[in-house]
Amino acid sequence: MIVYLIRRFGQSVLSIAAMAVLVFLGVYAIGNPIDVLINPEATQAEIAATTARLGLDRPLYEQFGIFVWNALHGDLGNSFVYGRPAVDIILDRLPATMELAFVALILSVGLGVPLGVWAGLRPDSIAGRTIMGGSILGFSLPNFWQGMLLILIFAVLLGWLPAGGRGETTEFLGMRVSFLTLDGLSHLILPAINLALFKMSLIIRLARANTREVCLQDYVKFARAKGLSGRRVVLVHILKNIMIPVVTIIGLELGSMVAFAIVTETVFAWPGMGKLLIDSINLLDRPVIVAYLMLTVLIIVTINFVVDVIYSLLDPRIGLSEMKG
Amino acid sequence: MTKLLEIHDLQTQFHTRDGIAKAVDGLSLSLDRGEILGLVGESGSGKSVTGFSILGLVDPPGRVAGGRILFDGEDLVAGGEKAMKKLRGKRIAMIFQDPMMTLNPVLRIDTQMVETVQAHADVSRKAALARARDALVRVGISSPDERLQAYPHQFSGGMRQRVAIAIALLHEPDLIIADEPTTALDVTIQAQILSEMQALCAQSGTALIWITHDLAVVSGLADRLAVMYAGRIIEEGTTAGIISKPMHPYTKGLIESVPQGKEHGTLLRQIKGMTPSLLKLPEGCKFAPRCPRADAACKPEPPLEERETGRRVRCVHPHTEPLAEEAAPT
Ligand SMILES: Nc1ncnc2c1ncn2[C@@H]1O[C@H](COP(=O)(O)OP(=O)(O)O)[C@@H](O)[C@H]1O
Ligand SMILES: [Mg+2]
Repeated sequence: MIVYLIRRFGQSVLSIAAMAVLVFLGVYAIGNPIDVLINPEATQAEIAATTARLGLDRPLYEQFGIFVWNALHGDLGNSFVYGRPAVDIILDRLPATMELAFVALILSVGLGVPLGVWAGLRPDSIAGRTIMGGSILGFSLPNFWQGMLLILIFAVLLGWLPAGGRGETTEFLGMRVSFLTLDGLSHLILPAINLALFKMSLIIRLARANTREVCLQDYVKFARAKGLSGRRVVLVHILKNIMIPVVTIIGLELGSMVAFAIVTETVFAWPGMGKLLIDSINLLDRPVIVAYLMLTVLIIVTINFVVDVIYSLLDPRIGLSEMKG
Repeated sequence: MTKLLEIHDLQTQFHTRDGIAKAVDGLSLSLDRGEILGLVGESGSGKSVTGFSILGLVDPPGRVAGGRILFDGEDLVAGGEKAMKKLRGKRIAMIFQDPMMTLNPVLRIDTQMVETVQAHADVSRKAALARARDALVRVGISSPDERLQAYPHQFSGGMRQRVAIAIALLHEPDLIIADEPTTALDVTIQAQILSEMQALCAQSGTALIWITHDLAVVSGLADRLAVMYAGRIIEEGTTAGIISKPMHPYTKGLIESVPQGKEHGTLLRQIKGMTPSLLKLPEGCKFAPRCPRADAACKPEPPLEERETGRRVRCVHPHTEPLAEEAAPT
């Protein structure tokens, strides 16, 4: 197990390093920031001075070295717009996005797995068909459109929930969160549902397909032949087997949920990292864009690492064969 | 005293898109306490479905459409799921064909054994573990404490089948239905498990229905044989009687197709033709199209009739001579 963890950790570090190269090449090295930063009527001498000040006259590998060195010290440059370290600005917004993503994740797993298992156990029942039909809608309607529909129904027509913003926040584990106050919660529900719908549909379909497959296995029949209650057969024998693919998908999808909450945050004016990214692109705030990309990579890689660990705990066959290999 | 198991006119059907497949059609059987019955027939003849019907484990689109299954005098078909729940794993246990598939791959052996004990006995986990351990010892598994902590993939096929047998024995059931439990195993392990099962059942007075497509496997084990064809029993009698003097042409064909040690290199005699589709069964005797003795008299389906004491045969032209010495399996 330890060997497996160390190896898996090494892979994670490697992914981050690879991404650093890509981000550097993509954002830093292409185009000349001087053209954007400096007055077009500046003299040649002024341009040379600015270039030297920003370190842009050095060879590419040296620039990359400086970028990595600073990044390792948590310094990804100052925002052009706010004049503060870009990392700080991102970190200010991180809790809002994390909160949104985690609530959406809990919704999509908490509802998706039971609904999917239910539909898989009774594929021909009316409930089973309805669940499947619903998941097809959640799957195929564009995310922003679902969001606007939610606003239209629950905020505009019914007036039950606010249409945007984050509402009242409180301090929790050193972060500002919405879910602990009623007002914050009411602001959180719609965007969380919006972000959850697509993943939930995915999880429903996955759980249903796997439940149907597992139900046909001899070990389920054997479990019933042993005289176990139907509840134990479903909750232990079937659920534990279908959680393996579900956890994999959660791992793949949670990362993208954090990273690409952009649409939902824009539709609901949720003050998270995604909305910040859109604003920064509009303002050409390069350090913030870089900080966003690097942080997102870090988050995704970390999540994948954690998921792999959970995965190996769920499936006894994984960790062992990996250890031998 | 009532028989342990009596099946009367069992009908188990599968509703498929192409029609109703009568996997078991009018099957009657009985079994005494402690008796070993070999249920023999080609693949697709309805042996497994018969076993699942007894345990009430026929899944949709299948269902038990008629007949009575009396277990110790109680009608399981009429009693439904509630009556079944109390018996499954407790008084009737089942072992499946593929040991690689019968144990849940993500649960440890102790989990899978303890839950079986606790399904029918109100005991602590510790007591249940002790029982699980004893059961493993009984089926010849060494270092049981260590084995309890393992996952199924850490066992060989033969070991897994031993674990499945241990699970079946946990509550010392009155009846074990073993559905081709050695088919997937090596010949040597097959022989070991066969004799162990026989000993264990004799010890605890457990009756056994041993399902197989291989006559050679059961001929040394079973007290009686029932031969199935297309969802029916076509011949039933003592093992010795049937092996030495099969009366139904199908049974005779089965016996003659068993490989013999001394016939190395010679061609095996096979029953000609194929198992018929359940959706397109012929009128009259279902075996007639493949039968060398068939004629017009086979048109109405013959009933299962007692031809000699303890021998029931479903045929109008049964063989009456014992098999020639060289053809009888050794
Ligand atoms: N799930 C099913 N759906 C449709 N037909 C089935 C199903 N299971 C079994 N049958 C039918 O029942 C027949 C007998 O099957 P089975 O009892 O498994 O045969 P065997 O004697 O090889 O154990 C099969 O030939 C098939 O036509
Ligand atoms: Mg079978």
